[in-house]
Amino acid sequence: MNPVNDSSLSHVIDARDLRLQYGEKLIQTDLNFTVNKSDVFVIMGGSGCGKSTLLKHMIGLYTPTQGQIIYDGQDYFSASEEEQLTMRMRWGVTYQGGALFSAMTLAENIALPMQQYTRWSKAEIRDQVAYKLALVGLAGYEEYYPAEISGGMNKRAGLARALALDPEILFFDEPSAGLDPLSAGRLDDLILELSQSSGATVVIVTHELASIFAIGNNGIFLDAQSRTQLDTGSPSYMLKHSQQPLVREFLSRGEITG
Amino acid sequence: MISPTFSLNDDRFLTTDLADSRLSPSFTLSGNWSESTDLPLKQRLSEVLAQGSHKSISFVAGDAFHWDSGSMALFLGCHRLCEEHGCSLDVRQMPEDVQSLLKLATSVPPNREEHQKRIDYLKVIRSALEWGRDWLHFFGEVGLGQQRMLLGRSDARWSDGMNFLYQAGPSAIPIVTLLSFLVGMILAYLGTVQLRQFGVEVYVANLVGLGMVREMGALMTAIIMAGRTGASYAAQLGTMQVNEEVDALTTLGIKPVDYLVLPRMLALIVAMPLLTIYSNILGMIGGAAVAISMDITPRMYFYQLSQAFTMGDVMTGVVKSIVFAALIGFAGCHAGMRCGRSSAAVGQATMTAVVTAIVYLVIADAGLNILYFHLGI
Repeated sequence: MNPVNDSSLSHVIDARDLRLQYGEKLIQTDLNFTVNKSDVFVIMGGSGCGKSTLLKHMIGLYTPTQGQIIYDGQDYFSASEEEQLTMRMRWGVTYQGGALFSAMTLAENIALPMQQYTRWSKAEIRDQVAYKLALVGLAGYEEYYPAEISGGMNKRAGLARALALDPEILFFDEPSAGLDPLSAGRLDDLILELSQSSGATVVIVTHELASIFAIGNNGIFLDAQSRTQLDTGSPSYMLKHSQQPLVREFLSRGEITG
Repeated sequence: MISPTFSLNDDRFLTTDLADSRLSPSFTLSGNWSESTDLPLKQRLSEVLAQGSHKSISFVAGDAFHWDSGSMALFLGCHRLCEEHGCSLDVRQMPEDVQSLLKLATSVPPNREEHQKRIDYLKVIRSALEWGRDWLHFFGEVGLGQQRMLLGRSDARWSDGMNFLYQAGPSAIPIVTLLSFLVGMILAYLGTVQLRQFGVEVYVANLVGLGMVREMGALMTAIIMAGRTGASYAAQLGTMQVNEEVDALTTLGIKPVDYLVLPRMLALIVAMPLLTIYSNILGMIGGAAVAISMDITPRMYFYQLSQAFTMGDVMTGVVKSIVFAALIGFAGCHAGMRCGRSSAAVGQATMTAVVTAIVYLVIADAGLNILYFHLGI
């Protein structure tokens, strides 16, 4: 049905029969999807359908009531605590508002995972921090506190922290929310550029159509009404060929094509 | 002139070629350059840069060249070093990903603005003055709020009042019980040892009774409430500041002082005198426990207690507790309302609330005792 699903690329993430609940409240059920190496995988859907919830399950903050999320052949939720930690170290997560530690400078924020998990010397960490900040366009802001820079800069600094350990998978929760179109576009470019040059897989929650088409080459569409996925695959393919009118409508902003 | 190949490590090599002209020297990097930031590459580069004015220096990927983000950090450092010498770093003969990552990292020029970290010698005085002005401002706001409340024009909503009252009153009972009982015991021990020397241990009841009602009941309750309720007010209001909830109230046309501060202060002012009286009673019971263990009969103890203090003495403690309640509420809400916009600021506000509340308490206690003494009560 959809060419992306049938590709024989290596599967980085495999979700099987996921069921997500908050207590008794059902959020999403019967989720099945695959993220391939170097994909930019977009989690789409209307407001309140559980996009961020799915992301939080994928990064292990919540446990699904049922089903598996398999990273490189290993189910995260049945792994031991140590294995989970090793898996998490290969991920980088960027939160909506940056989620930087407000009591630390940007440099300290980015250095924290390096100090925790590597044996790099102080000088090496300093150089790495300078490099990561330069990558997100914040060179020279090492000594600033999160409160001293703008919201957009906070997001980028959050991305720099997510990049600290050279993750294989990068997760983004609404990266362009609250940014002006130009900054949002630049952030999209940055994400795309980073994933292409470092070979990282990107999983991104967004409902910005511009972002979806600009960077996504695979994705899943969640529905709030039926509480399950309506379609998976590349967003541009879904726009033209999705069996679900709602998906086509969403992706074309109400102007149904075809 | 091709310089000999440096072996930097077992599997890492650097060849410097200064051949064609002095204009474009090249560095050939071969072998495994990953996980390397403190290599003599930068040092070698600065030597070459110091030798003459080069327009550009090229980095060339040699045999079996391996790289990672550590080497990228190193290349970025080299790029900046070249920039400082007015020279450009040519990486066109490096792998494509290195080129694009370096391009990304250098697309935005570094921020050269000096980060403000001035040393301000007058900072202490300046911040004290600022604090004083701010204190007066908040005091005035609270005063005006009270006036509006008395005139019935307040924005306060009393549905929250019961909740605050519960937090400030009944939920504090367990801790007040424990501490007051123990303070009563401490007073009794202290007294018994001294009074025994004169054979008048029975007066321990006077000591405990008078001590609790005039001083310790009000003070202990106040200190508990400063740590408990004052701190929680500061944290609540501080978090509301961080979440811009206070701004939201202001733009809705609701005065934050009326809506947030006065109900909290009022809840404390209502609850504290009652807690103080409760604390007095518990303290006396604690004293009784000690006295009875020291061969004073309960009857003797309670008879002596009934002679020890008057209603006036109880009222001095109650008046104190009302003053203390207002001060704790004021300190807590002031710290919370003036909180900064970060999670660290909330912690700071909480600490400020407790410290200032205790300072206020001790000063007010001293002042009231002097006043009582001169008024003869």
